[in-house]
Amino acid sequence: MGTVRAAAIVLGKELRLEFRTRELLNATIVFAIIVVVLFSFAFDPTPTESRRYGPGLLWIAFLFAGSLMLHPSFGREQSNNTLDALRMAPVSSFAILLGKMLANFLFLAVAELVLVPVFAVLYDVSISGIIGRLALVLALGTLGIVVTGTVFSAISAHARMRELLLPLLLLPLLAPLLVAAVEATASLFGEKPFLDRTWVAFLAGFDVVFLTAAWLLCDFLMEE
Amino acid sequence: MKARIAGTALVAALIVFAGYAALFIAPTDSRQGDIYRIMFFHISIWLAMFTALTIACIGNIAWLATRQLKWDRLGVTGAEVGVACCTAGLITGPLWGKPVWGIWWTWDARLTTTFLLWLLYISYLLLRGLIEEPQSRATLSAVFGIFAFLDVPLVYMSNRLWRTQHPQPVIFGGPDSALDPTMGKVLGLCMVAIVAVTILVLRDRYRLEHLRHELGELQQEVESRSLDTQPVTGKDI
Repeated sequence: MGTVRAAAIVLGKELRLEFRTRELLNATIVFAIIVVVLFSFAFDPTPTESRRYGPGLLWIAFLFAGSLMLHPSFGREQSNNTLDALRMAPVSSFAILLGKMLANFLFLAVAELVLVPVFAVLYDVSISGIIGRLALVLALGTLGIVVTGTVFSAISAHARMRELLLPLLLLPLLAPLLVAAVEATASLFGEKPFLDRTWVAFLAGFDVVFLTAAWLLCDFLMEE
Repeated sequence: MKARIAGTALVAALIVFAGYAALFIAPTDSRQGDIYRIMFFHISIWLAMFTALTIACIGNIAWLATRQLKWDRLGVTGAEVGVACCTAGLITGPLWGKPVWGIWWTWDARLTTTFLLWLLYISYLLLRGLIEEPQSRATLSAVFGIFAFLDVPLVYMSNRLWRTQHPQPVIFGGPDSALDPTMGKVLGLCMVAIVAVTILVLRDRYRLEHLRHELGELQQEVESRSLDTQPVTGKDI
C-alpha cells in the first residue's frame, strides 16, 4: 500500500475516533480560551497594549493547547495497547506518523478557527482584511507544532509521567517557531498590515527541517 | 590504573597553573579592571560545553546506526557534562555582565540560544530518567537529542533575525576586540586546561555509566539464579 493511502486510512481512523466523543477537541478549545481570558486578567491591557501583545498571547495559547492536545495521539495507543496492532500493519512507519500528523493538524486548526474570532472580539483586533495571509501564517505555524509534537508524543508515550513530559520536550524546541510566528502575526496585526516574508520563509524552513528529520527517524520511533 | 592517576595529576597541575596565570600573570584590563579575569573561565567553559555536546550528538547518531549500548553511554555522558558546563557558563556570564554591561542578562541571540540549549538538554536528561527499558530509552532519547541538536541553529537564526529588526540599546563590545598578547596566551592555556578537565570528567562519567550497566546485569543474573535454586516447599506456597 502506498504511503499516501495508508496515511489517509490512519487519518480516517483518528478522525473517527475523535468525532465519536469530541473530548479532545472540546477540551483543547476551552483550554485555549481560558488562556486568552486569564491573560487579560493578568495584564489588564489597554487597546494599544493588546495589539502589541496580542500575537504573542495568541501563539502562547496555541502552543500550550497543542502541547496538551498532542499527548493522546500516541498516549492513547500506548494505554490501549493498540500500538502493536498499528506496527503490525503492512505500511511504512512514516505513513502512520503522517496520518497522525494530519489528524493533529486538523484538530489544532479547528481549535484555532474557534479561538481566532474570539480573540479578535475580546482584544479588538480587526482580521477581516487579512484572513488569507493570517491563514497562511497559522497553517505554517500549526504544521511546525504538530510535526514536532506528534514525534514527541511517540517518544513520551513510552515514558513515565508522559502528560507532563510532552510539554517539557516540546515547548523549548518550539521557541524559534514561536518567535517567527509571533513576528509574522504582529506584522499582520499592525496599522498597515503586511506579510513579513522573512518570517514566513523561516516558518516554512522550520517545517521542512523537522518534517525531514521525522521522515528519516520515524522507523526508530515505531520499533519496540 | 597508573595511567589514570598520572593523567589526573597532570591535568590537576595544568589547571592549577592556568588558574595562577589567569589571576596573576595576565595583565589587568585597562577598561574593565580585574573583573575581566572571569573571561578565562567563561570562554573556556563554553569550549568545554561544545566538546561535550558534540560528543553527545555523536553518541546519539552512532547508537541509532550501530545499536551498541556503549554509544548510548557516550550520549548520556556528553549531555550530562555538557549541561554542567552550560550551567557554569550561564552563571559566570551574568557575574561578568553585571559590572561590565550594567545588567545581569540580555535577550541577545547568543545568550538566548545558550539558555534554550540548556533547557533542551535538561529535557533530554529528564526524558532518559523517565524511560525504564534501556533499549527504547537509548533510541527515543537519541531521536530527541537529534531534534534538539537541529533546533539550536534555528534558535540562533531566529534570534539574530529578530534582534536586527528590533535593535537593542545594549553595547556588545566584549574584550575580544584587540586582545592583549599575554591575555591571549593565558586564555589559550585556560582553554586547554578546562577542556582537559572536562575530558577527564567525561572519561570518569563514561566509566561510571559502564559500571552501572555491569552492576545491573550482575544483579539480574543473581536474581535469576536465586530463583532457579530456591527449593520450593509446601510452606513457601
